[in-house]
Amino acid sequence: MTATLIFYLLGAVALVTTALAIIQRNPVYAVIYLVKSIFALALIFYLLGAPLVAALQVIVYAGAIMVLFLFVIMMLEITPVSARKSSAPGWLSWTPVVLVALVLAVMTLLLIGLDPVAEQGIPRWHATPRDFGYALFNEYALAVKIISFQLSFAAVGAFHIGLTERRRARMEKDS
Amino acid sequence: MIVPMEHLLVLATLLFVLGFSCVLVRRNLILILIGVEIMINAVGLVFIGAAALWQQVDGQIMVLLLMAITAAEVAIALALVVHLHQRKQSIDVGLFDEMRG
Repeated sequence: MTATLIFYLLGAVALVTTALAIIQRNPVYAVIYLVKSIFALALIFYLLGAPLVAALQVIVYAGAIMVLFLFVIMMLEITPVSARKSSAPGWLSWTPVVLVALVLAVMTLLLIGLDPVAEQGIPRWHATPRDFGYALFNEYALAVKIISFQLSFAAVGAFHIGLTERRRARMEKDS
Repeated sequence: MIVPMEHLLVLATLLFVLGFSCVLVRRNLILILIGVEIMINAVGLVFIGAAALWQQVDGQIMVLLLMAITAAEVAIALALVVHLHQRKQSIDVGLFDEMRG
């Protein structure tokens, strides 16, 4: 009963902080609100029986990815003047949002109506990090290798994008 | 029983729509990337809920792989943001219209 109450509380916190994140003018505040939303989601993951994924959500998302966002925002020195220069979104840009929201709402209602297991409750269960690691490095060993390849490709790609720009700037200075 | 699965699906749908509206409406490139992050989080929530519903660990592993893919995507995307900012001194997506989309 307490877990149910905490789930709804955390869900409300996640929704409110996400809504606050997307209406901010300043990207720094948006990132801070998104970190709060990620913390609420991590606690929901813990309630749903994924303690290791909850810890990784805090460490990887809030600790690494969001700090990367903050790092780039601070590095770019986006002044309030350049933020004000961007035109306000017109009413026309909201129409696809409304359409997609309608489609997703209908899809979710259909999923709930058609799926017999959707109405049954999520049982109280939790996966130990031991179960998680065993499945990860046995059944999903190939996926782990592919993902590690992809991470190194991303590192090389990010380095390449940064390096070409720097090299071009140096050539312009020389000429 | 913690909570009905349908309530979790509704929560994930609401989060996904919030992220999608952020992607479509905002003009700031970094806020668009934040919208993508919100959508990926909503998908991860459904994976964790499905893992708990069927009591299988596979959904949780999918979330772990999703996190790794997100880290790679954010690294590339933020490098591109820095690149575009050096070109135009701005990250307003309305300014990048040379392709006449």
